Amino acid sequence: MIIIGERINGMFTDIKNAISNEDPAAVQEWAKKQKEGGARYLDINVGPGSANPKEAMKFLIEATQEVSDLPLCLDSTNYDVIEEGLKVCKNPAMINSVPAEPDKMDRVFSLAKEFDAEVIGLAKNQEGIPKDAESRMALAMELVATADAYGISADMLYIDPLVLPCNVAQDHGPEVFETLRQIKLVSDPPPKTVVGLSNISQGGIKNRELVNRTFAVMAMANGLDAAIADADDEELIAAVATARIILNMDIYCDSYIDVFKQQ
Amino acid sequence: MSVEILKEKYRSKVGEVVLGATSEQGGTRTNTVTLGGESTLPFLHFEGEVPNKPVVAMEVWDKRPDTWNQLFENYYGDVYDDPAEWAKKCVNEYGAEVITLRLQSADPETTDASPEECAENVKKVLQAVGVPLIVLGCGNNEKDNQVMPKVGEAAEGENLLLGVAEQENYKAITSACMAHGHNIIAQSPIDINICKQLNILILEMSQALANKIVIDPTVAALGYGIEYSYSIMERARLGALQGDKMLAMPTIGNIGMEVWKTKEANISEEEQPGWGELEERGLLWEASTAMVYLQSGINLLVMRHPRAVEITKSHIEDLMKDNSY
Repeated sequence: MIIIGERINGMFTDIKNAISNEDPAAVQEWAKKQKEGGARYLDINVGPGSANPKEAMKFLIEATQEVSDLPLCLDSTNYDVIEEGLKVCKNPAMINSVPAEPDKMDRVFSLAKEFDAEVIGLAKNQEGIPKDAESRMALAMELVATADAYGISADMLYIDPLVLPCNVAQDHGPEVFETLRQIKLVSDPPPKTVVGLSNISQGGIKNRELVNRTFAVMAMANGLDAAIADADDEELIAAVATARIILNMDIYCDSYIDVFKQQ
Repeated sequence: MSVEILKEKYRSKVGEVVLGATSEQGGTRTNTVTLGGESTLPFLHFEGEVPNKPVVAMEVWDKRPDTWNQLFENYYGDVYDDPAEWAKKCVNEYGAEVITLRLQSADPETTDASPEECAENVKKVLQAVGVPLIVLGCGNNEKDNQVMPKVGEAAEGENLLLGVAEQENYKAITSACMAHGHNIIAQSPIDINICKQLNILILEMSQALANKIVIDPTVAALGYGIEYSYSIMERARLGALQGDKMLAMPTIGNIGMEVWKTKEANISEEEQPGWGELEERGLLWEASTAMVYLQSGINLLVMRHPRAVEITKSHIEDLMKDNSY
């Protein structure tokens, strides 16, 4: 499973301050730290309430690229902000994200084509997040088919089946896993899958980290390819590295956790 | 309707390791040898790159090899006591592309030669031939750990391939390679997990050895577990092609040493009339074993019998012919 490091996000105070003071230090520290932790993409999110989100996005990207060559995952619901960001990315990026809604898909898939970007597609639409796997799959197929119409191959697409906190919507869990399995059957090559890992434990759940890493390995066993997650959570990373061994995705050696972080 | 040929696309490739150094590169070799670099499984030229052909090294000892089958007297008997002449004969008459010098004289159980004497033998062989050199210890860890630093120092600039590092004994030889700029053989006992771990341990000591490790996964002779070695090597190579950097190194196998220990290569025709003439049987055993390992992706074969070397080299030539379409 690929870890998309979640920490460069204006919702955290240090990043918020970095943006307002135009001081890249905290951003760059997290860029390096997340890579060392095992992240292979870095999520970039200006956070809520930014006065000038386009400039903030450019600032975060440029600060990050000065110290890291990891591909970036541009995280915003404002597609003008994403577009500004894509213009300054050195490597092909990932767009985070688009729901299965026609006008938004039109905008995002056009951008993705223009900038050779990967896209996270959300299994939801104007009506919200469906509960059962069949409805999630219907939206996933809509995303795959629309992307194809824009000339974007399914393997450039990461479908997020959408995860809800396990105390609020316990009955969604099995539906998410079923969706992860079924998505691999919709096309050849199939789309990839991603989740926002910490969503499973939001809202005052005890043992958050335990819940996150348990969900991570269960989702991996159901075929999950990537997660937006805390690359600084050593036990999470160790659990993911171990799951990769058990799933025969990496060859075992005594230092397999270090190897996972480095590769 | 045109037929689309399915081709596997791999994420990564095997790293390249260069043996030897010419005078421009600070050594005295007349040529260098590059191992590895494949971006596909062995000899699938239609699918990826196989930029460097597998190479055949011949084995020379720095003392008369009393344990070798007598039939080798016919080829090396006149040079057994002189490793420089022996090496020269392998290169000039038998077509060795690399010389493997085993410092057997260091063995404390027999001649117990000093590290300085061993280093002197290495220098003599370097003077006698222009091909790159592999230098192996006598197999006694304690002694080899004294010998290798001296050898490394005496041959600084020559970009030797020194062996062997093992999981429980890798620090002294790794230091010798780091300090004097040589390549290192990382040997594991037919165990892919240890193979990978040992590469990590060596690289933890020195990132400078990143393109200087050759994996010795330990080869077995035909009939003695060849399928185990083969499957380990195949798995390591698939891992390398799929992006496992800790397995993306070229490989070496001591084919001759393993084959000429077997009963098939040693029991006389008188004892086993149905098995046919001993020498032909032995050399074919060696050549057949080599061929199997070529299909596993081996990059460097260490061999003994001149005729087996000849057969293997001609086979390599055939395998390297372009089959892309």
